[in-house]
Amino acid sequence: MKILVTVKRIPDPDASVKFANGAVDTSSAKWVPNEFDQYAVETALRLAEDAKSKKRHAEIVVCSVCPAAQRQHITTFLAMGADRGVVVDADDTALDSQAVAKLIAGVFKKEGADLLVCGKLSQDTEGNEVGQRVAGLLDLPIASFAGGVTWDQDGKAMVVSREVDDGVETKKVPLPSVITCDLRVVLPQSVKNGVTPDDYTYNEGPRLASLRGITMAKRKKVEQLKPADLDVEAGSAISNTGVNPPPARAAGQIVESVEQLVEKLATEAKVL
Amino acid sequence: MSRPEVFAALRRDLAFLLDEVLDVGALRSTGAFSQFDADDFGTLVDAAIEAAAKLFAPCAEVLDAEEPAMRPDGSVCVPDELATALNAYIEGGYLGAALPEDVGGMGLPYVIAQAMYAAFFAANAPAAAYPMLTAAAANVLRAFGTDAQKATFLRPMVEGRYFGTMVLSEPEAGSSLADLRTRAIPQADGTYHIVGNKMWISGGEHDLSENIVHLVLARIEGAPAGIKGISMFLVPKRRVNPDGTLGPLNGVTLTGLNHKMGYRGTINTALAFGADAPCVGTLVGTEHRGMATMFHMMNEARTGVGLGATMMGYAGYRVSLEYARERVQGRHPDRRGADEPAVPILEHADVRRMLLTQKVYVEGGLGLGLYCAKLIDEHATATDAETKEALDDLLAVLTPIAKAWPSEFGPRANDLAIQVLGGAGYTRDWPLERYYRDNRLNPIHEGTNGIQGLDLLGRKVTAHQGRAFRRLLAAIRASIGRFESVEALQELTTALDGAVGLVAETTMKLGAAAMGGNVRLFLANATEYLHMLGHVVIAWMWLEQAGTAAARMDQASEDDRAFLEGKLHAARFFTRYELPRIERQAALLQRLDDTALTMPAGAF
Repeated sequence: MKILVTVKRIPDPDASVKFANGAVDTSSAKWVPNEFDQYAVETALRLAEDAKSKKRHAEIVVCSVCPAAQRQHITTFLAMGADRGVVVDADDTALDSQAVAKLIAGVFKKEGADLLVCGKLSQDTEGNEVGQRVAGLLDLPIASFAGGVTWDQDGKAMVVSREVDDGVETKKVPLPSVITCDLRVVLPQSVKNGVTPDDYTYNEGPRLASLRGITMAKRKKVEQLKPADLDVEAGSAISNTGVNPPPARAAGQIVESVEQLVEKLATEAKVL
Repeated sequence: MSRPEVFAALRRDLAFLLDEVLDVGALRSTGAFSQFDADDFGTLVDAAIEAAAKLFAPCAEVLDAEEPAMRPDGSVCVPDELATALNAYIEGGYLGAALPEDVGGMGLPYVIAQAMYAAFFAANAPAAAYPMLTAAAANVLRAFGTDAQKATFLRPMVEGRYFGTMVLSEPEAGSSLADLRTRAIPQADGTYHIVGNKMWISGGEHDLSENIVHLVLARIEGAPAGIKGISMFLVPKRRVNPDGTLGPLNGVTLTGLNHKMGYRGTINTALAFGADAPCVGTLVGTEHRGMATMFHMMNEARTGVGLGATMMGYAGYRVSLEYARERVQGRHPDRRGADEPAVPILEHADVRRMLLTQKVYVEGGLGLGLYCAKLIDEHATATDAETKEALDDLLAVLTPIAKAWPSEFGPRANDLAIQVLGGAGYTRDWPLERYYRDNRLNPIHEGTNGIQGLDLLGRKVTAHQGRAFRRLLAAIRASIGRFESVEALQELTTALDGAVGLVAETTMKLGAAAMGGNVRLFLANATEYLHMLGHVVIAWMWLEQAGTAAARMDQASEDDRAFLEGKLHAARFFTRYELPRIERQAALLQRLDDTALTMPAGAF
């Protein structure tokens, strides 16, 4: 069993956004791992490991499309416990979702992976596209927005519960397949793999890297590929026509009377 | 709450102290830590800060609100959150951070492990006490344990499966351990039966770990009275079978819990050994040398207590600073009109005084805690006897200061933090009253501050005709020499040079009095002496920080400049507001003031 997990770096979502030249200015951004990808790696780890004995029953490969020199986030996920990494060396900001999906699909095929686990979206663009597009490109079954995953080892399938508008839907997707992860997948008992006892309680949330995990991460293998190695032409069919900051909020006014307030709400604010 | 303002600041402070002031990377050049890369230390400390913020800080309130309780069957219950946090800590590998790799640890320098503790103490000291005690007990076994003791107990302790305790005090023998009565009765198989009552035992009973390893001081039957008749024993809560599985309970009975003002997450117990059933212990180290063996652990615990006191003060400083930036109240004295805008309270001079006082106490204390930790690493990696002796001397004289100075001034910082918030600081809506209650333990445990004063003046300063004391002054003077040509630092170096002279002169006069034989008078103001020398040592730590800041200022970014300017300003504040206190103390000490000593008991 081999699990491929997509991971992305994003500008720190807690920092204030800067604009320059009709675009978001990331030149001084602090780059951090995408939160939903942490859920994806945590899901893969819970699927792969026996939580008691720490033995692994699957290999976890993390994959990122980014400039090769800026792959610090991959080290972070290797420190969490992934076995090795693949970086596709490309300027991800110049790629559209379809190009990224083709690259991921290429890595999935090259690795001969059994399962692709993605975060449901990246927090910077909130596209929510790559997992679905990879499934489409590879013609694989997909369960998106997973809130719980159970590995049915006999049936060679993943049973995925997903929150939908009218409740929780349960899907069974035979391997190979694609899962995208939502927030609830990292609750203490959301992932079951048939090896770790079903009543085992994880700490909520993605795990923190251990000290040993951090020192070992740098020794783990990270393969570097070019888009051409995957027969993919990196580019974008989408062009940005402009990005503008929202208009600044106008100063408040102090009114003299209720009548004046009502008048201003009606004529100036036009909310009545 | 996780208090992000505490941890963001701590990250910067620790990086400054470790990389720039102490240059811990240089420890790798000894070859002892060559398994680590240049950037590993910083990365691992950052990981600890993140773990402290995410795992320890969120449960600090509940550990305080839900005090441990004793069930009718003699077991205890503690909040579930404590076990969750400790399990994550153990999984993260923090318990064995500084222990060597051959016993399952990470083999990190002690100073790095202490920097990690600093983060966990700032987040939740009562939770951090369990692994800290365990690591200290493991270190004693590593140094003094028999092969059998190590084989059975050491690895499970490093792995966090067994926790450790230190069991010294008795109901009638606390500070005066010479009077302890617990007996060790030799058995034919070489073991001992332990019989006696013990008091104030932190972590003495719980289900947080599979087993508890008590390191107990007791007197072998027929041993001499006093300190020289005390031995140390390893007493497990549950006996351990030869194959490593757990055996039956070992006759250690919980007789009660102490209900404390603060530090409530650390369960504190009264224990009876061998009261209902035989309690089997094995000797650790040499017969009748238990105090020396225990002090191996105590010295570590004492610097740890000082660091904890500093970090509770640090957390309070950061929370009160954030509040002062945001809380708008009052106007400047020259702009008092009702139409003038109110200002954040940080604008008020007296609030600034309170914040700066906290800053110099806690960042000075942190500098001292990490400096002592680095000396321990240098001692461990030193190869020649002369260097080892010099480091031994410095550590001997600094340890009582590293324990008592922060635990005196850390709570004072917390007191000021409450004052900055006013009424809000006095409520449970803010963590400051909890920090204060927690921190109030630190002047008491691991040797009261009064005992530390006696240890410093009566033992450490006078030993070997003042050799350790002279080495300390030489180290301070070396720093002065390094920085006295820097113009921005001249006020500091001049003041510190004068202070060192005054302390040397005072110590000489005290020494002469001690030679005269009036020991009571010599030691009457030992606490004042500790505060005096402590302030000089902290002024030295501030000179080191200010000197580093001054050298970095030119190449610094705008953010960094503010940080470094803060260090220079704080150093000046300490020099002007705090250091002059020693003049009063020196005068009192030099004239061998007996006002307290001679007060008739009936006149109080």
